[in-house]
Amino acid sequence: MSVVIEARNVEFSFGQTPALRGASVAVEAGEILAVMGPSGSGKSTLLHCLAGILVPDSGEILFDGARVHAMAETERSSLRRDRFGFVFQFGQLVPELTAVENVALPLLLSGVHRKRALPKASAWFSRLGLDGLEQRRSGELSGGQAQRVALARGLVAEPQVLFADEPTGALDSLTGEQVMDLLVGAAREQGTTVILVTHEPRIAAYADREVMVRDGRVNAPDRIAS
Amino acid sequence: MSVPLTLLGLLEREPSHGYDLKRDYDAFFGRGKPLPFGQVYSTLSRLARDGKVVISDVAPGSGPDRKRYVITDVGATEVEQWLTQPVDPEPHLQTVLFAKVVLALMLDRPAAEYLDTQRSAHLHRMRELTEIKRAGSLVDALLADHGLYHLEADLRWIEMTGARLDALRKEVRP
Repeated sequence: MSVVIEARNVEFSFGQTPALRGASVAVEAGEILAVMGPSGSGKSTLLHCLAGILVPDSGEILFDGARVHAMAETERSSLRRDRFGFVFQFGQLVPELTAVENVALPLLLSGVHRKRALPKASAWFSRLGLDGLEQRRSGELSGGQAQRVALARGLVAEPQVLFADEPTGALDSLTGEQVMDLLVGAAREQGTTVILVTHEPRIAAYADREVMVRDGRVNAPDRIAS
Repeated sequence: MSVPLTLLGLLEREPSHGYDLKRDYDAFFGRGKPLPFGQVYSTLSRLARDGKVVISDVAPGSGPDRKRYVITDVGATEVEQWLTQPVDPEPHLQTVLFAKVVLALMLDRPAAEYLDTQRSAHLHRMRELTEIKRAGSLVDALLADHGLYHLEADLRWIEMTGARLDALRKEVRP
């Protein structure tokens, strides 16, 4: 398999506080990678750099051969919209929109007509066990339902890479595992690469491989043969 | 796994033949380690000797498989006591891992690397168990979860120990 996204020797500081100190990681196409590490280790910052949300102070971010770190904001914005999907821990759904409109949002923002976007978004509801919830607003959904809607939104545009930052962090164990089951199943079906930030080993165990971020550096253990 | 008590428990559900007991044991509790027939019958003999089961009837034919076992009040009481007593929490005190970390620090070896290797091995096993959960039945998932939570507890210990290595080093290498 080929590497689809990569960080090379990335450094990033928040003001005077260094968050990444030469972090490097390469992710293969279709791979599900867990990024683990203690609080404040830099794992979310690494995800934000890989996703083109933050621009590294130095080092390189490469996606599908493109130099993300050198792109203008508009270019990175298109990349995030068209090629990447996102699932975060909290507050992702737009409260004014219905659940199905929330899922359709990435398609609508990419210029897909509403008549095509909404049916495509609706198809995800049965796939993720959300039948009948299409017209609900975020306040009318349970935590697990809202996170499944967010997952559908992250995958609806068939992104090449899904970035998931603690996607189960706000859920109880059972609901969290159901969300992970769906996330992994859908990603494998679509061939989507997943970069999953988590501090929970049981969530990381859904990934193909894990790396540890510690003090702003990535420590990738040798692979253990199956 | 206590084989005698598990067989007694299965017999409390309904009287049964040795063959059926083995089949149910293997289906629910065997998990790749089926109970040998010899052990089934020797266990049932001991339970009968101790008055915990009786043979209700022997079907025509020959062989031990024809006996139908029924749990007695003594046996049922034992099952009841077993089910209501908590299992020993088994605080292993991380004997092997603990010894490795302390020795590594004493010998000035890279304890952090050893912990990283152990973490990786734990996560590898957790991935296997997660796959069993994803592909298997609810009973498989229940058993896999038990393993997963224990491994997770080890990993928490590994994280905590990793964060304390500098302080530990000072304590074991004064």
